[in-house]
Amino acid sequence: MAAGAGSGRTMSSTFLPVRFWLLMPSWLIIGFFLALPVLLMLVYSFLTKEFRGGVIWEPTLAAYDQFLFDRGLFGDDPPQIEWKYISIFLRSIFQATGATILCLIIGFPTAFFIATRNENTKVIWLFLVTVPYWVNLLIRTVSMKFLIRDSGPLNELLITIGAIETPLKLINTNFAVQLGLFYSYLPFMVLPIYAALERYNFTFSEAASDLYAPKWTILRQILIPIIKPGIIAGCILVFVPSLGAFLAPDLLGGAKTFMIGSLIEDQFKGNAGNWPFGAASSMILLSLVMIVLIYYARAQSKEQV
Amino acid sequence: MAIKDAISLEGVRKDFGDFTAISNVTFDIADNEFFTLLGPSGCGKTTLLRMIAGFEETSAGKIKLYGDIIENLPPNKRPINTVFQNYALFPHMTVKENIGFSLKMLGWSKSDINDRVAEMVAMVKLEEFTDRKPSQLSGGQQQRVALARAMASKPKLLLLDEPLSALDLKLRKEMRSELKRLQRDTGITFIFVTHDQEEALSMSDRIAVMSSGKVQQIGNPSEIYDTPANRFVADFIGEANLLNATIQKIDGEKIICRLQSGQILTSKSSSKVNVGQSGTISIRPEKLIIKKQNFKGQYLEGKLGQSTYIGTDTQFEILLDKELSLTVRMQNSSLTSENYKNGDQVFLSIADDAAWFLLD
Repeated sequence: MAAGAGSGRTMSSTFLPVRFWLLMPSWLIIGFFLALPVLLMLVYSFLTKEFRGGVIWEPTLAAYDQFLFDRGLFGDDPPQIEWKYISIFLRSIFQATGATILCLIIGFPTAFFIATRNENTKVIWLFLVTVPYWVNLLIRTVSMKFLIRDSGPLNELLITIGAIETPLKLINTNFAVQLGLFYSYLPFMVLPIYAALERYNFTFSEAASDLYAPKWTILRQILIPIIKPGIIAGCILVFVPSLGAFLAPDLLGGAKTFMIGSLIEDQFKGNAGNWPFGAASSMILLSLVMIVLIYYARAQSKEQV
Repeated sequence: MAIKDAISLEGVRKDFGDFTAISNVTFDIADNEFFTLLGPSGCGKTTLLRMIAGFEETSAGKIKLYGDIIENLPPNKRPINTVFQNYALFPHMTVKENIGFSLKMLGWSKSDINDRVAEMVAMVKLEEFTDRKPSQLSGGQQQRVALARAMASKPKLLLLDEPLSALDLKLRKEMRSELKRLQRDTGITFIFVTHDQEEALSMSDRIAVMSSGKVQQIGNPSEIYDTPANRFVADFIGEANLLNATIQKIDGEKIICRLQSGQILTSKSSSKVNVGQSGTISIRPEKLIIKKQNFKGQYLEGKLGQSTYIGTDTQFEILLDKELSLTVRMQNSSLTSENYKNGDQVFLSIADDAAWFLLD
């Protein structure tokens, strides 16, 4: 009895510090690189702007007010809903959704193809999917711009084979931005779906076939519902960074395709130079993403029961 | 007019590259039969089952189901259902949805499906679990759902791929009689795949013993056990003492052989044999009787070696000479009076039909 209590005490007294020190790096990383910057942005979003960057330590709601309301040129008109920024937001959601759908349409068959190869060739295909990501995103986006411009290789090829007569107007369109986002984030769709398919037991498909289900029915009623968590994870991993992306919209789109990422970038390093407004936009973007994630997490936990 | 066979295989063959998994398998299974494919792992029994189900294409040969050629049909066009080794119950569907799946695929009406599912659920005694997901069921319950699901559409043939191997011993034994009952009640022809000879012997009407892609013997359980066709079957089914021997004389049914160690033994055989041929004599351990005194009739003399107590029986090792030993199994209830000690001189009584001669 006494011995038991004694050993219990030594356990906890040696165990606690060990656990504390082992967890330390994670806490530091989360603290310094996640919690602190987000907290900083939250605080900045409630401060007054200094011209050409920086903040004045005077609390105000001006940044959020600027985002949501239009008070006229001199700020003394009755407030009206400001659609400028909301429409940028809506456009961002539209672009990110388009990119996600594009990724899903191409990514799902790709993942399925890789998952059904034999063990040796699987590795090669997975490697090929990730190879473009060894090159910097900026360079890849610029090459995409080169590929799809009016006199670029894609248009020239199409004209040469006689598919079209005048070059397709691709650059500076919504589609170009979606294409750029699709190209940037495709592996984030392929890899989670591939992982889910790896865990999928293809005996389920055999069993369904044995029970008179044709191929498409097996896909719709058995395979997709079972690997759904992987598909949703892929969609989130593509949608969330697409929503805040600024490289693809800047380089492949024009003024009409301005997205939330570019708006925020502009506030910090561009001409606008309004830090509190950039921080407030970031906070609004973050809340939007959080709502999507929480909704997903709740739907998941409900399904488990 | 002869009754049609439920399924007949004619020269069925399966190659994987250079490897021949199944070579030239031919047999018929009668309507309403409980037929078992028995063999060690890698013998091709599962491949054969998968070809009948349609998951593997045949490399050659014909498969007929009640006279119709089916080997080119996809699995969903064959009125054959399978109980998979790990059940393969759809994890996102409830018990009810799993059982009704095939009926939905066949386009049954909602009310017909409900009636049939209720009937199946009652058959496997799972009434309280219809709205659960497979992950909320025990192994034995999952097994029952798999059975009900496979039988819901009244298939012409039910294939069972080692369905009991994932269950614990006690449940496995219960499920044996349960399966037998279901087969009798529904009148569906069963093809049961197993590597467990006890399962095969206790449930089957007929058994096909397979090894390295070939059928070694087909027969009812006692034929397979008492009159094995070759050394492989004798060795694989039950325990057997296998002795090398040469035929010295043939006297009607009696085959008189000389063992390697010099003793003479009378045996029987199902093969056509000639004097001078060599082969193997198989003797089941429980057909040998240990006696302390010399007696009239056929016997072998030896020394008692190690004995092992195994519950109902005791197993003895009898040394005939330095190299040759036989295993004898005797029921403990018949052993009470006599006391056997290591090193005792004993006589093994061998009835005329206990020794079975197999040509090499």
